[in-house]
Amino acid sequence: MALRYLIRRLGFFALTLWAAMTLNFFIPRMMPGSPEQALRERFSKGGSVVSPEQLRTVLAEFGFDPDKNIVLQYSEYLKAMVTGHWGVSIGSSLGVPVTTLIGDALPWTLGLVGIATVMAFALGTLIGTIAGWRRGGLIDGIVPPVFIVTSALPYFWVALLLISLFAIGNNPVLPNDFNYDHGLTPGLNWAFISSVLEHGILPAGTILITAIGGWILTMRNNMVTTLAEDYVRMARAKGIPNRRIMFGYAGRNAFLPNLSGFAMSLGFVISGTILVEYVFNYPGLGYMFYNATVSTDYPLLQALFLLVTLAVLICVLICDFAVFLLDPRARTKG
Amino acid sequence: MSAIVAGTAAPTPTAGRRPRGGLWRAVLHNRKAMLGAVLLTLFCLLAAFPHLFVPWLERDPRAIGDMPLQHPSSEHWLGTTGLGQDVYAQLVYSTRESLIIAVVAGLGATILSVLIGVSAAYLGGVADNVLSMFTDVFLVLPTFPLIIVLATYAGKGNLTVIIIVLIVTGWSYGARQMRSQALSLRNRDFLESARVRGERRSYIIVVEVLPTMTSLIVANFLGAALYSVLTAAGLQFLGLGDPNSLSWGTMLYWAQNQGALVNGLPAWALSPGLAVALLGVSFALLNYAFDEISNPALRPVRRRRARSH
Repeated sequence: MALRYLIRRLGFFALTLWAAMTLNFFIPRMMPGSPEQALRERFSKGGSVVSPEQLRTVLAEFGFDPDKNIVLQYSEYLKAMVTGHWGVSIGSSLGVPVTTLIGDALPWTLGLVGIATVMAFALGTLIGTIAGWRRGGLIDGIVPPVFIVTSALPYFWVALLLISLFAIGNNPVLPNDFNYDHGLTPGLNWAFISSVLEHGILPAGTILITAIGGWILTMRNNMVTTLAEDYVRMARAKGIPNRRIMFGYAGRNAFLPNLSGFAMSLGFVISGTILVEYVFNYPGLGYMFYNATVSTDYPLLQALFLLVTLAVLICVLICDFAVFLLDPRARTKG
Repeated sequence: MSAIVAGTAAPTPTAGRRPRGGLWRAVLHNRKAMLGAVLLTLFCLLAAFPHLFVPWLERDPRAIGDMPLQHPSSEHWLGTTGLGQDVYAQLVYSTRESLIIAVVAGLGATILSVLIGVSAAYLGGVADNVLSMFTDVFLVLPTFPLIIVLATYAGKGNLTVIIIVLIVTGWSYGARQMRSQALSLRNRDFLESARVRGERRSYIIVVEVLPTMTSLIVANFLGAALYSVLTAAGLQFLGLGDPNSLSWGTMLYWAQNQGALVNGLPAWALSPGLAVALLGVSFALLNYAFDEISNPALRPVRRRRARSH
């Protein structure tokens, strides 16, 4: 049983990854206007004259060759993607391997978004558990309305609001762009680390404010539904301490749907990241994604999209296995 | 108050099954739903009759004025843009496009999710497996990057493209909910009796199943509309919309490009975003209220509170 479940989930993983790669391959080819044309326009706008041969070479790197059979192109493209041959950038950093560019930006996004998201999830789940436990109590009266509002706020608007509150005016408290002060050289010293932390507060705060509401609300509602179950009443009747019922009985079960929802929500978090990093000029993957669209850097765009899908899929897989470990029902269902 | 409580507490069995009148009554008695409905009505009025809210405006709100970067004053309530346009007038006239995007994309996504979710549940077997897999793949694919990629390739600034892309990326979550709801209805007695009567499958789905799912469908529409509002505003903010259109996202784009915050004009930089947020909040409030209506387990507290007043 367990093995079948594992194989099914891995199959899903492979299928989705394949779907993402296929979309990546066909979207540029289906759309009006060829990449060749777009590239020529961009190069001529930049003032440089590019011969058709040079264009061909650049596009061949990108896996685009109009004379070749589409099936052959597709299989070559898939092979290159899987083996990590993601080509070179044709955008602002012309000729730099895409993998190098991504490698530089990845740690910043992982640090900023990863920490903010996990914090939002953990804090939100905790607050939701407490709010759901005391139905109609003081916390439960305040929490849902407030967080319905925060969960509907646009990411970039919260970012702008925070900037206007803390980073602009006569005495700005916090910096509003980039990841550390320009004069510093990266290293393991206090000046650098504190600068990085300072620059991270506003972007991380933005993600936290907008992401936490959803977790609180779903956790609260799950908790309310779970507390009506017979085994909770049984636990109460047996005289088990409230705290244990709250976390060990109700909370544990109410948490399961939240956990599987976590991975699904990552797509939304990533969309927020692009906007947040754009507003704060934070040199992570989201900002790179934006720049890649502005300069129509197809290879970079492709690689980033693939990477983002991969990240979400890995999280889905981790959450699946966590649910599998925590919930005996998932194991028997197969 | 007690008469109202009695009205909700004693619904006739048929009213519970066919929630036409019951749905409206439920909305009227839910404070969150009321607030959301009032906000939404206000936005609809703004969208339908913008000139009523800026009667002194004689020309296109996009027309370039001669007083750029003004602070809010009695003449320009929210100041002026870098091109001297009145921010308040633009804000009012932008409601229409933003609301249209939300409603059209929300409706499209909901229709698609009903179609796919309900047919997956009813066809069963291989068809269900394929459709569910399809739904799951779309659920996991990161939509916003996909939208950006699509919008970049399809030519920036096309409203139809934005709406289609929002529909294509926004249906999957709803389809999953529709499927599980339809699955749980599948073996109910009233459907069994319809089958025994020899009704056609299409009749059963349209006349028997869909009405029972009304509150879920409405909730789904609201969720999809919320998603569309936020996503469209984000896209336009990044400059992937039509820069000449009148919408909140486009206003934000220009505010960012002309340095509204740096020039000390927070009213200009923040008000379009606030409008997006308020429209989003109205959808979210209604959505949450419908969740309470469709999930009776979430409701009792509200009744208790009503009684204590």
